[in-house]
Amino acid sequence: MVSHQPPQAQDDWFKPVAKDAEKAESVVRPSLSYWQDAWRRLRQNKLAMSGLFFLVLLALFAIFAPMLSPHDITTTQYAKQNMPPSSEHWFGTDDKGWDVFTRTWYGARVSLFVGVAAALIDFFIGIIYGGISGYKGGRTDSVMMRIIEVLYGLPHLLVVILLMVIMGSSLTTIIVALTITGWVGMARIVRGQVLQIKNYEFVTASKSFGARTPRIIRRNLLPNTMGPIIVQMTLTVPSAIFAEAFLSFLGLGISAPFASWGVMANDALPVILSGHWWRLFFPAFFISMTMFAFNVLGDGMQDALDPKLRR
Amino acid sequence: MAIYIVKRFFMMIATILIIATLTFFLMHSIPGSPFDEERTSNPTIQANLEKYYKLDQPTHIQYLYYLKAIVTFDFGPSIKKPNESVNTQLARGFPISAELGIVSILVAVLSGITLGTFAALRHNGIIDYGAMTFAVIGISVPNFVLATLLIQQFAVNLQWLPPATWSSPKHMILPTLALATGPTAIIARLTRSSMLEVLTQDYMKMARAKGLSPFRIVFRHALRNALMPIVTIMGTMLAGILTGTFVIERIFAIPGMGKYFVESINNRDYPVIMGSTVFYSAFLVFMLFLVDIVYGFLDPRIKLHRKEGDA
Amino acid sequence: MNEQQLANANALVKERQEEVPSLPKAVMTEKQVGQKHKRQPDYSEKVLAVEDLHVSFKTFGGEVQALRGVSFDLYKGETLAVVGESGCGKSVTANTIMGLIPQPPGRIKSGRILFKNKDLTKLNKAAMRKVQGVDISMIFQDPMTALNPTLKIGEQLTEGLRTHQNVSKAEARKKAVELLEIVGIPNPEERLKQYPHQFSGGMRQRIVIAIALICEPELLIADEPTTALDVTIQAQILELFDEIQARTGVSIILITHDLGVVAKIADRIAVMYAGKVIEIGDKREVFYSPQHPYTKGLLASVPRLDLKEEELQPIDGTPPDLFAPPIGCPFAARCPFAMEVCEKVYPGTTELSETHKVDCWLQDERAKHVFQM
Repeated sequence: MVSHQPPQAQDDWFKPVAKDAEKAESVVRPSLSYWQDAWRRLRQNKLAMSGLFFLVLLALFAIFAPMLSPHDITTTQYAKQNMPPSSEHWFGTDDKGWDVFTRTWYGARVSLFVGVAAALIDFFIGIIYGGISGYKGGRTDSVMMRIIEVLYGLPHLLVVILLMVIMGSSLTTIIVALTITGWVGMARIVRGQVLQIKNYEFVTASKSFGARTPRIIRRNLLPNTMGPIIVQMTLTVPSAIFAEAFLSFLGLGISAPFASWGVMANDALPVILSGHWWRLFFPAFFISMTMFAFNVLGDGMQDALDPKLRR
Repeated sequence: MAIYIVKRFFMMIATILIIATLTFFLMHSIPGSPFDEERTSNPTIQANLEKYYKLDQPTHIQYLYYLKAIVTFDFGPSIKKPNESVNTQLARGFPISAELGIVSILVAVLSGITLGTFAALRHNGIIDYGAMTFAVIGISVPNFVLATLLIQQFAVNLQWLPPATWSSPKHMILPTLALATGPTAIIARLTRSSMLEVLTQDYMKMARAKGLSPFRIVFRHALRNALMPIVTIMGTMLAGILTGTFVIERIFAIPGMGKYFVESINNRDYPVIMGSTVFYSAFLVFMLFLVDIVYGFLDPRIKLHRKEGDA
Repeated sequence: MNEQQLANANALVKERQEEVPSLPKAVMTEKQVGQKHKRQPDYSEKVLAVEDLHVSFKTFGGEVQALRGVSFDLYKGETLAVVGESGCGKSVTANTIMGLIPQPPGRIKSGRILFKNKDLTKLNKAAMRKVQGVDISMIFQDPMTALNPTLKIGEQLTEGLRTHQNVSKAEARKKAVELLEIVGIPNPEERLKQYPHQFSGGMRQRIVIAIALICEPELLIADEPTTALDVTIQAQILELFDEIQARTGVSIILITHDLGVVAKIADRIAVMYAGKVIEIGDKREVFYSPQHPYTKGLLASVPRLDLKEEELQPIDGTPPDLFAPPIGCPFAARCPFAMEVCEKVYPGTTELSETHKVDCWLQDERAKHVFQM
């Protein structure tokens, strides 16, 4: 309140104005639901959206490209060994004369399948285990958490390697091995979320109306715990893809001709010194790009779903 | 504190025992004898071999022998290299692997924390974007891809550094880079987000309100709190570095433990697989135990936490 | 408020002054003892002058004009309460004076903060650090989060002193022990070695206050210092403020939305609304003859024991969005006495007395006949 010229006002402005209740409550910005708002913010994140775009494209290619490919990748083609990229073989050929382009998309199928399957199985086990542990609380919770703690202490990749050695290399084995160790992280997150939310008033309110446990879990807990869980799933996919590639690279991958990217990279390792760079480059590039896309998408979703960042 | 350490200690022993037992029974669930694929048509020789490796005993007796082997740290002879015991292999490989691992961890922790801290202090600045771009790429590119790229570029094309083996500091640069980049990226990201969180805390505002030097505010007030989450992921970090050594040692032909382990997987050399798995696991679990204790010392609230249960 | 209440309030104030617990004599100089009951503001010495302060924050949605021309003075030894709803700019005012506005996204667009003839808005970071904690200290709302959980409280107490004054570790410790005694923490010697989690909420707030006082500041800004505390602890902390002011002559800006707290310890009251000070005056003036309809509404919305429940009157509506503040009086939309002029032009300041000022068109001559008041 600094003394300055009194503001100018016309005499006829001095009359009461009609009150309307709505005006007093008027809100300038439109209100959006949680998911609408999250989606709006995700869309603003260019990096995350390009990640999503890449993944959609990758999935389409993985589904259709092998079907459309004219190249045979089941019998060895001695005439076409180790040919560099050309108009006929866009990504070149490998030591069996197989088209690297075609194999790359078969590899995409394997990698995406492994990643998504592992994430989904983790999700279901994690939801059930973590949900029960968090929701029941008390003794059940402490016993279940002790089990988790021990499992968490296990070196995952070692267990996976051991399982692969014993069960033999196949797609199913990889997924089983990855989920046996992988669900623990998801269960912890779900439990944490449930613990936090089950004490909120709206859950108590539901209970006081006589809602039964399954209904409370379905209607109150799940929708409110989904944010971090979706983020965790998005980030599980690249780590499963990495784990698959890693195992393949150790010689525990699935066998030819349906190679994964890891197997292709592993096969190419001895020959990069001889200059057949395309054999390593393309699978390596796609592993990296896919992991990159999932990571930026996961980060973007984390930011978008974090209520603290809501503006 | 003492109770906490004792509790963690028994947890560690339990975990090691579980891993050891799991390893044993998993390996014994494989049908047939490890000598089946060897062309030892002579049944006497086979019987003698089985006796040598105590395979003629019933499973529970073998299990006891096995437990004794673990306690006395004597894993017996290798199957594929009968004149060499598993212990000899471990003893020869461990120092090299440990050197690679320790150097990589140091590089990852120091550079990761530095990057993450600067990124957080210059939030949304050029350093932040640069560091986080590096971090996402570092997380997305698998270490074996990075390793081959590094060899291609610095050893083959530029010929600045040797492409393989482990004999001088110069030889250590590429493997260390390949192994440390991923963990560096993870630590940098975690440090950044945890630092950003800490910077918004009331006690940071209070520290600024005291008119302390920026140096003191960052190092004395922020960093210690921001590093708590880093300590908790050190366990997983170590596991990542350790399994990373498998592929890095293979690519760079470094005669460490990882190389023997991968060899044993490919040869189905069961005593070596079992011995290595147990050794690796025990090592990791022990490291986790140390991490827990360090955390207990860093966080003065830890006793309170544990008493209240996992919150 | 009626006569009865006034009498009650006065009785309460008197009672409280008599109740000030006896202080440890050892740490008090004679002068301080003599001052014990005389908590008298010195209106001849101006400590702080905030002049037409505008502060904005850039956000994703646009620019939030948090402060839109805030002015007030503060005198030596007085307690000025700044009251208002959440989001009215109280805390931004406090943080701006303290130099704690993060820039960007925050920006001081215009105005001055004169402290001892220095304009704090012109100081660079290094110069500001010589003011922070030394001349001006701040007490935060939540004592549970204001202390660093990983540092011993001894260090947190002494680090400000050791940064700003050339004192030895032992001297700093001695001073810390002394201060802990003043704020009423038993066994200060041992307590210095403990961590924040080993203290209760009330104890922590006492420590925060001790930290704020360690360099003997002239101005103490308390941002909702009792909001996070239990009611019984609140009273103790307010007593402590009173006692400290009597002892040191420090000026206090008390940010609060709790009118009970204001009634207890403030000398003057500034009422803020939508980034502006809409009414300011002596405690009695504001409490017994509030002029701004918002101030009246604020006082009427406080539950009182002597009134029936129906008589509690909430103010309808919500404060305006500071992304696009109204050009006229920001309270017009909620004001029962709103006139056309209120929506068109922001009112000028009317000086009702030397201390009592209000921004409201109802003070205009032309408004006198509009409503029957």
